[in-house]
Amino acid sequence: MKDNNKVKGSTLPPPLGGRAAFLLHLADTNLVLAQRNAEWCGHGPILEQDIAITNISLDQLGQARNFYQYAAALINELPEQLVKNVTEDSLAYLRTEREFKNLLITELPKGDWAQTILRQFFISVYLHLLYGQLQENTDGQLAAIAEKSIKEVTYHLRWSSEWVIRLGDGTAESNQRMLTAFENLWAYTGEFFIPATYENEDIVGFDLASLKQPWLKKVNKIFKEATLDFPSDSKEKVTFMHTGGKQGVHTEHMGFILSEMQYLQRTYPGAEW
Amino acid sequence: MIDNTNLNKNAVAEIWRLLEEVCDPEVPVLSILDLGIVREVNAIEDEVEIIITPTYSGCPAMDAIHTDIRLKLIEHGYKNVKIKTVLSPAWTTDWMSEAGKQKLKAFGIAPPNPIQIVCDTKLFAASEAIPCPLCNSYHTKVISQFGSTACKALYQCQDCKEPFDYFKCH
Repeated sequence: MKDNNKVKGSTLPPPLGGRAAFLLHLADTNLVLAQRNAEWCGHGPILEQDIAITNISLDQLGQARNFYQYAAALINELPEQLVKNVTEDSLAYLRTEREFKNLLITELPKGDWAQTILRQFFISVYLHLLYGQLQENTDGQLAAIAEKSIKEVTYHLRWSSEWVIRLGDGTAESNQRMLTAFENLWAYTGEFFIPATYENEDIVGFDLASLKQPWLKKVNKIFKEATLDFPSDSKEKVTFMHTGGKQGVHTEHMGFILSEMQYLQRTYPGAEW
Repeated sequence: MIDNTNLNKNAVAEIWRLLEEVCDPEVPVLSILDLGIVREVNAIEDEVEIIITPTYSGCPAMDAIHTDIRLKLIEHGYKNVKIKTVLSPAWTTDWMSEAGKQKLKAFGIAPPNPIQIVCDTKLFAASEAIPCPLCNSYHTKVISQFGSTACKALYQCQDCKEPFDYFKCH
């Protein structure tokens, strides 16, 4: 077949460099968390919060689309023999598990409300800092997406912070559930600040590691208000951190999300509605 | 040589008038001009370029708005239409027209506060004083910052007890 050396929007050829990989990492992180949060649709603890979490899901889906569209534009600039026309849809629906670069924490099951809240809080603090830095980037389109997104993430950050406090400083049961959520999630937060090769080398003026201290400070502040123990208080909690998401090495949960999310496009290729 | 300058000036003015008739599919009392999402209209020879900016990243109305703009212009003979989405500067409710705000209120949705108070990271902040669109009482409270669409918050009037949507400052 003459198309053998081309790819269907599935694999990125090496000459692409890191910029598209970085955009895909940001897109995938937002898409996979949007998909997880959308699982609450119709299942939220009360109607208003069902609407809140699905609004947040929609914002993140929109942010993912902006990153995918920009990544697709960059990929399509490559010579035709290297890559076929890709679109935001082919990038979201036709890549395989090992090609997804989302943070591992986003693919973990939604768990109970405490787990969903705590994950959203960790990610929102992170994205708020990340977009704050990226909106100053010399890449105009990347800066524009960050400038647009940070306004939305501010709502997510406020909402999730308030819920962490409400649950942590709530009843004995809500407090216990937050502690369990913390045990489940903490080991997935180290990955945020360990740059992948594409973050280190290909994004000018980007310093991922510098976000770590402000992130810890903010989490610490909210935890204190929530009467939750901050991890630095007990050293054994900060030893091991899971990594791999940015490089496409995922947890056992990833395949299940993709099979659900990609089912329609895989079964009826090119379907539109 | 034909001078196109005046011709295009007239075309641009007519296109702005036509865009006044394209409505937000989710808040049909507002035109896209009231919303402030049309940033520029350019006519170069027979090509029309419209620059719009989304309200929220995930707003599903944007795709419908693209189609509606195209249809409206084709209907009036503009076949070569390019719609470009620009993200920066990011849309703000500050760009909403005064007429738009009045129309929202008449429709039963509280318009964005004239004093722009956008979401910040302060927690459990006192909710903005938003008058009830039905009884005008300021004795209202926020139920949730997230509502039926990305652009609205949920409020309730403490006097007439009516729950209402607030087109939140952004």
